[in-house]
Amino acid sequence: MFSQNRKLTYSLAINEALHQIMSKDKSVFLIGQGVKSPWYVGNTCMDLLEKFGEKRIIDTPVSENAMTGAAIGASLTGMRAIIVHPRMDFMLYAFDPIINQAANWSYMNGGKLSVPVVIWGIINRGGEQAAQHSQALQALLAHIPGLKVVMPSNAFDAKGLFIAAINDPNPVVFIDDRWLYNTEMVVPEDLFEIEIGKAIIRKNGTDVTLVASSYMVVEALKAVEELKEQNIKAELVDLRTIKPLDEDTILNSVRKTGRIVIIDGGWRSFGVSAEIAAVVSEKGFKYLKTSIKRVTLPDIPAPASNSLEQVYYKKASDIVEAAKSILT
Amino acid sequence: MRYSNGFLEQLYQTMLRIRYCEESLVNPILDGRIKCPVHLYSGEEAIATGIGAALNKDDYIFGGHRSHGHYLAKGGDMNKLVAEIFTKVEGCSRGRGGSMHVIDPEVGMLGSAPIVGGTISLALGAALASSIRNDSRVTVSFFGDGATGEGVLHESLNFAALKKLPIIFACENNFYSTHLNIREIRVKEDIASLGIAFGIRNYKVDGNDVLKVYNVAKQSVDLCRSGGGPVLIEFVTYRLRGHVGPDDNIQGSHTDIRPKEELEKWLSKDPITRFEEKLNDKSLLPKEKIKEIKHKVELEVKSAIQFAEQSLEPKEGDITKYVFSE
Repeated sequence: MFSQNRKLTYSLAINEALHQIMSKDKSVFLIGQGVKSPWYVGNTCMDLLEKFGEKRIIDTPVSENAMTGAAIGASLTGMRAIIVHPRMDFMLYAFDPIINQAANWSYMNGGKLSVPVVIWGIINRGGEQAAQHSQALQALLAHIPGLKVVMPSNAFDAKGLFIAAINDPNPVVFIDDRWLYNTEMVVPEDLFEIEIGKAIIRKNGTDVTLVASSYMVVEALKAVEELKEQNIKAELVDLRTIKPLDEDTILNSVRKTGRIVIIDGGWRSFGVSAEIAAVVSEKGFKYLKTSIKRVTLPDIPAPASNSLEQVYYKKASDIVEAAKSILT
Repeated sequence: MRYSNGFLEQLYQTMLRIRYCEESLVNPILDGRIKCPVHLYSGEEAIATGIGAALNKDDYIFGGHRSHGHYLAKGGDMNKLVAEIFTKVEGCSRGRGGSMHVIDPEVGMLGSAPIVGGTISLALGAALASSIRNDSRVTVSFFGDGATGEGVLHESLNFAALKKLPIIFACENNFYSTHLNIREIRVKEDIASLGIAFGIRNYKVDGNDVLKVYNVAKQSVDLCRSGGGPVLIEFVTYRLRGHVGPDDNIQGSHTDIRPKEELEKWLSKDPITRFEEKLNDKSLLPKEKIKEIKHKVELEVKSAIQFAEQSLEPKEGDITKYVFSE
């Protein structure tokens, strides 16, 4: 019997999802640069090649555009392709197949064919990797009609959202933050899905709403604890899905707290945080007791220098400070 | 190679269906009944026809902006094609796509898109799927000489060769990338030899000779089906109409910049007239039969235009439909 409390790291939760879904569904295959190499994809692809062979685990030349298009084209013929971009920055080469083709295919063909593809992009921040190895591009993708965008914050969600993304008949962009890969939690051993488009309340509180996704949930959880020590009860909404945005969960929380701090691992201008602020302003203005606060990256490319990185990437303390600034 | 009369008749009729259908759009474009950008295939019919005849119904094709002919030659329904060009709800893309997004998955026409080179990688993926499933299907990617400027073509040729995929890269070289002559976009006029760099079998063929097209297509399809793919074929051809619309680079502006002498030279190589003469010379198809086919196709096209004009517009309330599949 399996343990009820079996723990897995985030990356191994993805690995388990891949093993299970590929065993169950012969139409699933994985293609992308580095799927044979832990240097690229950590242990997310461990033992896949041995188990499923080179026909279904396809390591590729450095051709992001054509490889992404190929995953999309295969999906048009009934396959369920997963295309992995071990660094999201390189995925920019593939914006034609993702945006012009996959996102539009169903609509511009009157629903004749849908595109059940998963576009898996990994954010690799920090480590003095500078501006082209660390970009978080969720807002760019969430802007596009026809795409869904999910960003899990822990191992449980990574597995459940990965399976949901594969089973979805539409193109789903699955975005990882590599800073989560070694985080660990209890993950069910069976195949399960987390519904795309639904957020979850991680912490209940009445004083202020924190909204975060992906790695920033880790920092927000720390912030909730710090605020608690200062007698402030923060409620934490983990988005899970960026698009379609779960407006109801956010608005219900703001109705309760009257205050919101929006936290995003991307840039400030025209981004996820701006969209959520707009939704709260349009639909929840009457609940607000004070102005909306945002904690995001500044509108600056990622610097290499560690000392600059320390300032650039936001932490729990920034969230605490933002929350307190609208409470006093 | 010997061909049955029925087969030759079929080739002739398909080319004629494409030509008459395309030409029937000219007046509706000029008088504004058709508003979406239309890229007519007139003059290039032999390519779609010859390739279409070499494919099975469940083989896949992908097209570009000039793909009415590909759709019809693969067996797509003419009424739905014309209705789509009129952006009606009974069109093949339910009025959401227009002339540049024609599709009929039931006959393996998996779609077309005007981003130059944009569907080459999709076709690559369809062929990859066939290779994974081992289903013996062949995919054809149609693109023009302009697409040789896109990096994705080169990426796709390389990957197809690497994985020995069952795909035919069918380049319709009509010498013009919208307004630019091929001499202004490439040093080498020849496109087929691109295959050499990637270790891909390649051919250069007269794209205005339907039997030559069919022969090279049949040979390439057989090769792909038996694991000998991919193949790159350059079809030399010429569009008799403008880039977009009847004689324009901007639909409705009458700005075709091609030399008159050049156009006349190619008019004398019209693939349909040539094939008709050949059939006559060799007494393969009686004149009466040709007349009968022409009449039949005329009626079919007339009825398709009627069908399109009588079809309904998409409902305003349905604007959000099809963004996502449920």
